[in-house]
Amino acid sequence: MRKWLVLAFLAIGTMGSALAQGKVRLTIESWRNDDLKIWQETILPAFMKKYPNIEVVFAPTAPTEYNAVLDTKLKAGTAGDLITCRPFDKSLELFNAKQLDSLNDLPGMSNFSEVAKAAWSTDDGKTTFCVPMASVIHGFLYNRAIFRELGLQVPTTEAQFLQVLQRIQQSGKYSPLVMGTKDQWESATMGYQNIGPTLWKGEAGRKGLINGTQQYNKGGFLQAFEALAKWRPFLPRGYQALAYPDAQNLFAQGRGAIYPAGSWDIGVFRQMNPRLELGAFKPYTFPNLGASQCVINDHPDIAIGLNSASKNKEAARTFLSWVASDEFAQLYANALPGFFPLANVSYTVSDPVAQEFLNWRKQCQASFRTAYQILSRNPNPNNENDLWNASAQVLNGTMTPKQAADYVQSRLASWYGPQKGK
Amino acid sequence: MKRRPFPWHIVVFLAPAVFVYTLFMVYPLVGSLALSLQNKTQSGVEVFVGLQNYLALFTSENWAQPFWNAFWNNVEFFAYHMLIQNPVGLFLAVLLASRIRGAWLYRTVIFTPTILSVVIVGFAWKLILNPAWGISQGILDLLGLGHLNQPWLGLESTALPTLSLISVWQNIGIPMMLFLAALIRIPDELIEAARVDGAGAWTVFWRIQLPLILPTAGIVAVLTFVGNFNAFDLIYATQGALAGPNFASDILGTFFFRTFFGYQLQPGDPYMGATVAGVMLLIILSGVLVYLFAWQRRLQNIQF
Repeated sequence: MRKWLVLAFLAIGTMGSALAQGKVRLTIESWRNDDLKIWQETILPAFMKKYPNIEVVFAPTAPTEYNAVLDTKLKAGTAGDLITCRPFDKSLELFNAKQLDSLNDLPGMSNFSEVAKAAWSTDDGKTTFCVPMASVIHGFLYNRAIFRELGLQVPTTEAQFLQVLQRIQQSGKYSPLVMGTKDQWESATMGYQNIGPTLWKGEAGRKGLINGTQQYNKGGFLQAFEALAKWRPFLPRGYQALAYPDAQNLFAQGRGAIYPAGSWDIGVFRQMNPRLELGAFKPYTFPNLGASQCVINDHPDIAIGLNSASKNKEAARTFLSWVASDEFAQLYANALPGFFPLANVSYTVSDPVAQEFLNWRKQCQASFRTAYQILSRNPNPNNENDLWNASAQVLNGTMTPKQAADYVQSRLASWYGPQKGK
Repeated sequence: MKRRPFPWHIVVFLAPAVFVYTLFMVYPLVGSLALSLQNKTQSGVEVFVGLQNYLALFTSENWAQPFWNAFWNNVEFFAYHMLIQNPVGLFLAVLLASRIRGAWLYRTVIFTPTILSVVIVGFAWKLILNPAWGISQGILDLLGLGHLNQPWLGLESTALPTLSLISVWQNIGIPMMLFLAALIRIPDELIEAARVDGAGAWTVFWRIQLPLILPTAGIVAVLTFVGNFNAFDLIYATQGALAGPNFASDILGTFFFRTFFGYQLQPGDPYMGATVAGVMLLIILSGVLVYLFAWQRRLQNIQF
């Protein structure tokens, strides 16, 4: 009896290893457990059909636990071959700890622009350690039914934008601009960082802050606070106490006309109210201030890198090259409308509003949120938190744009070398 | 004379409590205090810095401003509880002790919020006060006072008072129950004798009841003090870790949370976080000591 058992185990064992010999198994670590179905049913089957010798498993953890779980796994040597990369410092730490490989020589890496790679590159920009997967784009969503009812045109300049808001307000039926300031981050992210890049000339301004040649209280950065302050009369009643979900609900119910948005909101609104007639227009320009070239906030959000301790690096690199391809871009963009693959390859999205956001990449220059690279490394004062606070206060009317700009600048200059004394 | 044997049983009986208390309370406390005396150099090495962190917290511009802001907000938060929660709690207890009809119902209803989770209380009040669909607008409209409605949680001037009152609403059952228990313990003969002597309700309260429940008043004050200077959850649940607007509702608990754990892009700073925790310990400790020496000792003279 025992003999048979041993034999049976041996047989199973050899079968298993025979199978394993033919196939390499890769595991992906990720925080996107919401996307489990999309990876298992859409993305990975497409890859495995093309590369039958590689089996890929998507093994996500809860978003809030991801950083800690990943750290533990990397230290214990049990982390998967492919690591989903958070943008900026979290992944840079992993690279500096030699837990992620450099991917400079990966085929397909040339498909990405400098801006797309910045979130997963060393401070000098010379080494990139994750393949950018997707970004979120900022802009404005609007209710097409309300625009039709009031006979409004989509605005392209600040003057037109303010005029449209004025007309909606005069009609008295709808909130012109739906946003609250209670949670603070919308004021900065969907407000200041949405319309600002056009004024501070995108990457030129953002990099200027990092190397100390530009300041938050001068030029485009100050103008952006001034432009933001003009939104104040058009926000809904009691906006100081409205949180992000409140604003989403107001807009989804058709009680407001224009919603300063991140592209991820598209999916949210499609779900909340499928009958909402959603439209989108890009951040407006300021011809009177000499800012006629639009710049969008195309914020890098998610990437994927190679675990330095992986035993299947060759297969893993094959997968990473595929992530840089147009096939992946097409699949990912349509599975997750509102999250846009960053590769410079052509793909289309079936959701017309998401496609509209995507079109802006061709019409405008791109940059991303100013505080995310390097400038928020200090615990206190922290540049990103300061921008939230200052932007919310500008909209609340408790700070003038100049005060807000001075506040953010002086606190940055208090610790950041290149801005010292400026 | 025979020497008494060493009382080993006392050691044995105390050991489990001492062990558990040391492991889970004393050790982390000492560890946190030790952490507050250290910091990291530019190259990331941990070094002993003595009281420098505390000095920075009290004097450097970037730390002192938010610290004192949180401290004074906390004092205000405490004041609302001392001036509203405890007197009103006492008033309710006196009413309930006077054997009004349906006392058990009032007692239960008033105590119910206390047993609710703070997260639920915060969420419920956020909805009630919401300017877009909260019922506060409707109620005020009914009274013809609709124009008085404000975004209570969103204005610097009203956020902290609103949160304090929510907290008072939730916790008023505790002083009420403690006072009620003390009032019921007062022998009926004392009150009856006073009545016979011609004392009205007012005199009975000031001359008989209040003096006899003073020890409870002290305990309620200390519980309020400790609870308020440790508070965190209601503010976090309603306003988030940034305790907005412009840190108007930031108290020591939320300030500690942000400093120690960080927030969004703000990295956590365990050394300064431990320093804030150390100061909170000091504040609470001094409050409790004042109670012990200035209040409880004098009380012993008037207890019966």
